[in-house]
Amino acid sequence: PHALVLLEHKDGAIEPASLSALTAAQQLGGAVTGLVVGSPDQVPTVLERAKKLKGLSSVLHSAAPQYAAKVPEIVSPLLEKLLAGNSLYTHVVSAHSSSAKALLPRIAAKLDVPAVSDIISVSHDSASDSTTFSRPIYAGNAIATIRAPSSIPLKFFTVRSTAFSAAPEDDGASVPLEELAPVEVTDAPTQHIKTDLTQSDRPELGVATRVVSGGRALKNAETFKATLDPLADALGAAVGASRAAVDAGYADNSLQVGQTGKVVAPELYIAVGISGAIQHLAGMKDSKLIVAINKDPDAPIFQVADIGLVADLFEAVPQIVEKLKQ
Amino acid sequence: MRPTATRFLHILVPVKRCVDFAVKIRVNPQQTGIDTNVKHSMNPFDEIAVEEAVRLRERLKDKVESITVVTLGPAKASETLRTALAMGADSGVHIELPEGAPPPEPLGVARALRAVIERRGKGKTDLVILGKQAIDDDLGQTGQMLAALLGAAQATCASKVEVDVERRVVRVRTEVDGGSEELLCELPAVVTTDLRLNEPRYASLPNIMKAKKKPIEKVTPADLGVDLAPLLETIAVREPLKRVGGGKVGSVDELVGKLREAGFAG
Repeated sequence: PHALVLLEHKDGAIEPASLSALTAAQQLGGAVTGLVVGSPDQVPTVLERAKKLKGLSSVLHSAAPQYAAKVPEIVSPLLEKLLAGNSLYTHVVSAHSSSAKALLPRIAAKLDVPAVSDIISVSHDSASDSTTFSRPIYAGNAIATIRAPSSIPLKFFTVRSTAFSAAPEDDGASVPLEELAPVEVTDAPTQHIKTDLTQSDRPELGVATRVVSGGRALKNAETFKATLDPLADALGAAVGASRAAVDAGYADNSLQVGQTGKVVAPELYIAVGISGAIQHLAGMKDSKLIVAINKDPDAPIFQVADIGLVADLFEAVPQIVEKLKQ
Repeated sequence: MRPTATRFLHILVPVKRCVDFAVKIRVNPQQTGIDTNVKHSMNPFDEIAVEEAVRLRERLKDKVESITVVTLGPAKASETLRTALAMGADSGVHIELPEGAPPPEPLGVARALRAVIERRGKGKTDLVILGKQAIDDDLGQTGQMLAALLGAAQATCASKVEVDVERRVVRVRTEVDGGSEELLCELPAVVTTDLRLNEPRYASLPNIMKAKKKPIEKVTPADLGVDLAPLLETIAVREPLKRVGGGKVGSVDELVGKLREAGFAG
C-alpha cells in the first residue's frame, strides 16, 4: 500500500491531529507520502517540520495564494488531478478535522469512490488488497467493523485523533520533498470571507492532556467562568462544556464536548455539574481518569467516573482549587 | 420599463429517518447491526434543515417559490416526509427502498439526490439544505458528495444562512475547529446544518392535518437510474467496551488525595 496523508497546519506547525492520522497511515504497512497545501508564506515553514517526520517516505507540497483558506472547491481540483487515474496511491488519509471533513468527501465523490469517516482502528491485508476499519456509530454506542474491498481502488478515510498517538519527529531525518504544481481555479463558486478563531491562553481542547468541563448546573456565563477558570488554571487544563451549557450561552460553541462537538481523551477529565447525556459521554468516555462532581447522586456521569463526588459544585470546586494550591 | 426578471428560489431538503435520538440503542444478538424495532424520527440535523428552509420563506416571502423534501428509505420513511410537510414544506419525493434493503451509503444517496435534481430540470433547485451528519451512521459526507457531483458550492456546519435572491448568493457562517468561518457561495449551493442554526418548531395540529393533503411523489432507485448497493462491507457491529466507573469519594480531601496519587497535583 501507499498512503497519501494530508498534513494540515496552523501557524507554521503541523496539526497534532494530522500527526495521529500519520500514525494510522503507517499501520497500513506501506509507504506514506505527506501532502502540505497552503499559501507561499505558509508552506516553507511547515516543510521544515514535515521533513523531520519519521513515518514519511516523501513529502509533496503545493503552494499558491488561493490555498491560504483551504476552500474545498479550490483545493479539491489539486487532489483530483493528483489522484485521477493514478496507480501509485492506494489510500488517502486525513484527520477528522473540520476542514478535512469538508474536503475529503468532495474529492472522493469526484473520483467516484466512498469514504470512511472517523476511524479508530485500521489494518490492511495486502493479499486481498482490502482494508478493515473500526469506527463508532450511534454516538459511540456501537462500534462497526467495515471492510473496504479491492473493488475500491482508492480508499479514503479520516482518523479520530484520540485513537492514535502522534507520529514523532526525528531531528536526523530528512524526508525528500517534491513540489506539486498548483491547479489554478478561476471560477470557484465559493469565496472565503473571513475566519474568526476564539482566542485563549489555555491549551487547545482537542489536544489538551487535562480538561475541566462544565454543564448547565454552572447557572450562567459569569459563574461558569468564575468557577471553572481557577480550577483549569490550577491544573493547567483546557476548559470544555456540555451541549446544554453551550446552548444556554455559558460557553463558546468551540468548547463543546460530545457527539457533535469535540471528542477528547485526555489523561484527566473533570466533569463539573454535567449530568452525562449519552451524547456528552460519546465525546469523553475514552479519557484516562474521569472525575465527576454533581449534586445528583443518580446522574449518569457517575457510571463512567473513576472518582465521583456528590456535592454542591459551588462549594466543592473552590475548596479543590484551594487544596490543589497547597 | 420592463420589470427585471427575478428568478425565484427553489429549495430542496433531503431528510433521513433515523432511530430516535433519545433511544438507548442495543446491538442485535447476531452482531450485524442494532435492534431497529424502536422509535424512529427525523434526523435532528435534518429537522434543523427543514426549519431553516421554512424560516427562509418567512423572511423572503414569495421569493421562495418551493420547498421540496426528499427521503430515501422503506415505506415508513414517508412518515418523516409528512413531518417535514407539517413543518411547512410544500411537497415530498420518496425514493422508496424495499423493506430490509441495506442502508445506502452517502455516495449512493448523493447520486440519487443528483438524479432527483436533474429530473426537476435546470434552474429548479437553487439551494439544498441538509443535516451535517445523520445520528445513526455519523458519517457526515452526503452534502459534500452531492455538491461535488453537482459541481456546486458547498458550506458545511452552518450556524447562520442568509440568501440574497437577486444576487443569487448565499452567505453562510460555518462552525470550524476553534471558531467560525464566513463563506459566500454562488447558487446553486449545498448547505449542511449545525446544531445552533435554529431550533425546529413543533408542527401544529392544523398543519399536521394540512400536511396529509400535500403531494408526495414515489419513485424507485431504478426510475432514477441509480444503484444503491453498498460498496463497503459491514463485517460486524459490537457493543463498545464498557467503562468501569462508579468510584465515589466522600469528601473534597479524599478527591484531591486521589488526584495527587494519580500524579495530578496543581
